[in-house]
Amino acid sequence: MVAIALLSGFGVEEADELELSGAWKLRQLSELPIGTVGVVESLDLPGEIQHQLMHMGFVPEARVMVVRRAPAGDPTVYSIDGFEVALRRDTAQAIRVRDYTREDQGQGTRQG
Amino acid sequence: MSDCCSTTATIEVPIEPRVAGRIRNVALVGPPNSGKSTLFNRLTGLRQKVANYPGVTVEQRVGRLNGIGRGDLTLIDLPGIYGLDSYSEDARVAVEVLHGEMPGTPAPDAILLVLDSLQLRRQLMLAAPVLGLGLPTLVLLNMSDLMEARGGRVDTLALAQELGVPVAKISATRGAGMDAITHFLNRKAEAEKPVPAEGKIELPVMGNPRSYRQWATGISTRTKYKAPISNAWTKRIDGVLLHKIWGPLIFLAVVFAVFQVVFSIGQPLSDAFGDVLNMGGDKIGALLGHGWVESLLIDGVWRGVASVLVFLPQILLLFLFIGVLEDSGYLARAALIADRVMRSIGLNGKAFIPLLSAYACAVPAIMATRTIENKRDRFATILVAPFMTCSARLPIYMLMIAAFIPNKPILGDFFGLRAAVMLSLYVLGFVAALTTARLLKSSILKASSAPFILELPQYRLPTVRSLSLRLVDRGKVFLRQAGTVILAVTLVLWVLSHVPFHTDLTTSVIGRLGHLIEPAIQPLGFNWKIGIGLLTSVVAREVIVGTLGTLYGADPATQSLGLQAALRHDLTLGGAMALVVFFAFALQCTSTLAIVRRETNSWRWPALQFVYMGCLAYLAALATNQVIVHLVR
Repeated sequence: MVAIALLSGFGVEEADELELSGAWKLRQLSELPIGTVGVVESLDLPGEIQHQLMHMGFVPEARVMVVRRAPAGDPTVYSIDGFEVALRRDTAQAIRVRDYTREDQGQGTRQG
Repeated sequence: MSDCCSTTATIEVPIEPRVAGRIRNVALVGPPNSGKSTLFNRLTGLRQKVANYPGVTVEQRVGRLNGIGRGDLTLIDLPGIYGLDSYSEDARVAVEVLHGEMPGTPAPDAILLVLDSLQLRRQLMLAAPVLGLGLPTLVLLNMSDLMEARGGRVDTLALAQELGVPVAKISATRGAGMDAITHFLNRKAEAEKPVPAEGKIELPVMGNPRSYRQWATGISTRTKYKAPISNAWTKRIDGVLLHKIWGPLIFLAVVFAVFQVVFSIGQPLSDAFGDVLNMGGDKIGALLGHGWVESLLIDGVWRGVASVLVFLPQILLLFLFIGVLEDSGYLARAALIADRVMRSIGLNGKAFIPLLSAYACAVPAIMATRTIENKRDRFATILVAPFMTCSARLPIYMLMIAAFIPNKPILGDFFGLRAAVMLSLYVLGFVAALTTARLLKSSILKASSAPFILELPQYRLPTVRSLSLRLVDRGKVFLRQAGTVILAVTLVLWVLSHVPFHTDLTTSVIGRLGHLIEPAIQPLGFNWKIGIGLLTSVVAREVIVGTLGTLYGADPATQSLGLQAALRHDLTLGGAMALVVFFAFALQCTSTLAIVRRETNSWRWPALQFVYMGCLAYLAALATNQVIVHLVR
């Protein structure tokens, strides 16, 4: 499946401005620290896996929380739609998120 | 169950979709982890047929709706699916069955759609394509008792209006709300003529996950769906069981406990069961008197089948453990902990518990690989599992080690030379499994990517009912699949060892075959007696001990000696060690072959496995014998 267009919507200056303001920028889901929430922007995975993930709720605008890492550091457990799913780092790297916040800092997610 | 209305069922029937007429076949559809199989067991009772769909490895379950007193209706269980797009084999099978295009499966006239009400927002996504099929559908919100207990709620009337089909709250584990299903089927069955659709419902136009999700979110909002607070216990338990230090330690403790129980309870249980079977055989044999009929029935059929039946207690015990692990939710955590290690050998975390079970018996291990969704990983796991040192190898290992290895201490009294040889045989099997897994994953089962998506279900107490259903089901599959093949193989072996009539084992067809293959196995240090043993132990590995006992007992030169002394008299150290190495690698197990055939739905894979493991066994035994012969000299 074709990845949902990402960066195309944002001008370079806009992205710079946002990064400077320290608010948010696009990240790989795998980079998020534990306890943070990200909003899914796009997925870029081979057909079947992408499809399964999207059916499991990994669609644009869905909120994903990083719950914990496996004792060996990988895979990582994510919480989406109130259920938990573990993904390996290489899978989570292909999921782009924005707007990440620490969950305990309230509902500070911005809608794009 | 009758039409009693004391349960918590809510059934709302606002708008009728078109009705296809009389109902005979009902399809059970639902996403993975929706509690679908529990409901299937509940609705059908134990009378169900398990097979594979033609040409694929997807399990097909069909049963009569006896559980709700509608034995005239057939329930078809579909594989757990997220959508009806043909991305996965499971979904392709589901689409074919729902459209009535699957050969051998009747076209369904109605659908029971099971959704986990704890995750309704996500699971509703499946409703869109399923309702789009236009068949009479009943939506079942499973685990609604749990949802309500945890503060969740949903307006079922509004949901039924939104979906245009009746909606009922049920609990498959408790059996609540089953009368809603009876009610639905009765109503639909009465409607002889097609009823035109009265209302219309809105389904997403674009058939992609994103629009399904928007549609599902819209409906959950409009039906005031409030997700239950996630189980605080699950979080707390995970804090310990997935802890950086405690997690792996508890994991190892669980693994160790499973082993301890399987070997300390399962083994004596199997032995006792074996004694009972043999005694029964002798008793019946005495009744029949002497003759070829008695010999065919007792030495052929009874002993052959008994040699496989003795594994049943152990197999059931393993299934019980796997069942407890799976139903409680720990299996997924074990997979999470083991994934890192398993990945380094080209498999994934879900392969760990099956491979572990293979140390007791490959049969339950291979049947447990169904939890591995990725087909390549699953096949790789099936193909390497028989390398693990199963308990059927122990009799021949122990016999040869006791006969040929002196009990010299290496590290004090605890670890002697015998233990070292035994341990190296375990290591040998493990290394062969690893190497084969790597080989497979880089050749015929090469994966373009390594997807590993592991859902972590909430912890739950396993119910006795679901565990016993699982045991009966798996036990039946083993007996039916392995039993038929084993019966055929033992009959052939009996005929080969008794023709021509009035001969003994050495002059029978199989005895001559043993002599015939002697030149081929001589470089391995084997003689024709071992050759006969290799041929008869195709049924099950431990059969070779009995065969060798018979052969040496009948030979005047070794008659007076015990089996160990006779072996020492007849074999070199090289030959003896080559024999155990041969058994470490060779797939001398008809049950495994039969189960692999069932799980891969083709004779190609077990044939490949048999030849591959046989070649490996021959080469390794050859190397062992040659090395030892040269060292000793």
